[in-house]
Amino acid sequence: MIQRWRNSDILLLGGSAGSFKIIFQAVKGFSSELNKTVIIIIHRKPNFFSEIEKLFTDNIRMKFREISDKDHIDTNTVYIAPPNYHTLIEKEGFFSLDVSDAVWYSKPSIDVTFENAAEIYKDRCTAILFSGANQDGAEGLLKLRNSGALTIVQNPDDAEMAVMPNSAISINAAEYILRTTEIFELLSI
Amino acid sequence: MDVSSDSITPQQLDELIDLIKKIHGFDFSDYTKASLKRRVNRIMMLKKLEYYDLKHVLVNDHQFFQEFLEEITVNVTEMFRDPNFFKALNSQVIPYLSTYPHIKIWCAGCSSGEEVYSLAILMMAAGLTPKSFIYGTDINTVVLKEARKGIYSLRKIKSYAENYSFTGLDGSIIDHFTMLYEAATIHNELKHNTLFSVHNLISDDVFNEFQLISCRNVFIYFETGLQERILELFYNSLCPHGFLCLGSKETIRSDVFKKKFKVINQKENIYQKIGS
Repeated sequence: MIQRWRNSDILLLGGSAGSFKIIFQAVKGFSSELNKTVIIIIHRKPNFFSEIEKLFTDNIRMKFREISDKDHIDTNTVYIAPPNYHTLIEKEGFFSLDVSDAVWYSKPSIDVTFENAAEIYKDRCTAILFSGANQDGAEGLLKLRNSGALTIVQNPDDAEMAVMPNSAISINAAEYILRTTEIFELLSI
Repeated sequence: MDVSSDSITPQQLDELIDLIKKIHGFDFSDYTKASLKRRVNRIMMLKKLEYYDLKHVLVNDHQFFQEFLEEITVNVTEMFRDPNFFKALNSQVIPYLSTYPHIKIWCAGCSSGEEVYSLAILMMAAGLTPKSFIYGTDINTVVLKEARKGIYSLRKIKSYAENYSFTGLDGSIIDHFTMLYEAATIHNELKHNTLFSVHNLISDDVFNEFQLISCRNVFIYFETGLQERILELFYNSLCPHGFLCLGSKETIRSDVFKKKFKVINQKENIYQKIGS
């Protein structure tokens, strides 16, 4: 597991209700020379003018950017999916956005990005699914697992909302089910 | 396990694009691939078609192609999407527009008309309705029919009401609709100065001169080379110092066009044409 995390070029972090704090903590721990690209998909309300961008920019060591259409995907950078769009990855190495219907009432949908990432990155990525109150992300994580990615699900006992991790576990999308502390430990290696 | 069993390969997508271009004359080759692929996969799932069946019906069934075209183009839209954009229009653009004797607006890729009517409401609030005219265009004739009707479900209007409340405009969105059972119809006075017609951004040319062009969340489906060609079309369709509005996550990336447009609002992607 450690070796595969080390070899990953891409880290995908997905979550919904109850996941933000943990994802923020994890990203805060990364050095500016992680040599990976971090892509965060968290469900966010469109008209909720959050301070997320400022929080990240002020507190993390890696570069941070809310994704704009056709942004080049750079290493040592943390990207967050913008609200009210699905985030897609093009094989030429840039993001594209999509406003089509919500998936599981969610836009951004974790499934959409994860499924797309599975086709593009295959075994070059690690994906972690955290707390959330719906089943978005489970199918996408399964696709990632089947295409060779390292897939991890937060232990539902540690998750504020267990529906999302449980959905992934129930369809066998999780290669590893880890406690929150174990996730932090792995990511710090 | 084969993950691509329910999904077409990049080569198959290219084949389909080629086929559609040859047989139906629609060119999707400069569309962004991940999104296009997702749409094609969705159609195959909905219609329960394998790749080879899809190819067959695309060649032989003209009626199917119309359905395909409707599904492949994303028609999701809202009234007052990104309320801050409308706020910015109101404070930074409307005062300038009001100095023109006539205000012609082009809403490119208007889908079912929500953006056109949002702009119509904005113009009315500014007292500019008598001298303004809004053209809505799309490649999809089915959504244009919807746009002309201006009838939306109550459920949709409820979600647009929240957007409206953030725009700073007076009253409520329902002030502009007549409600009947589960449907809300836009007031006639807002429809008077609108015209909806077919226009293909990829193959059609300049058709009028505009003071403002709004083309939000259309560029996301196009590759950067095609975006540039359409920027050229917009540039040539704008009057001197006319305004161009792109989606809040779309930017002008081409150096050539960065020099031809001045940024009016960075966050909301509102630009103004420089020179003539």
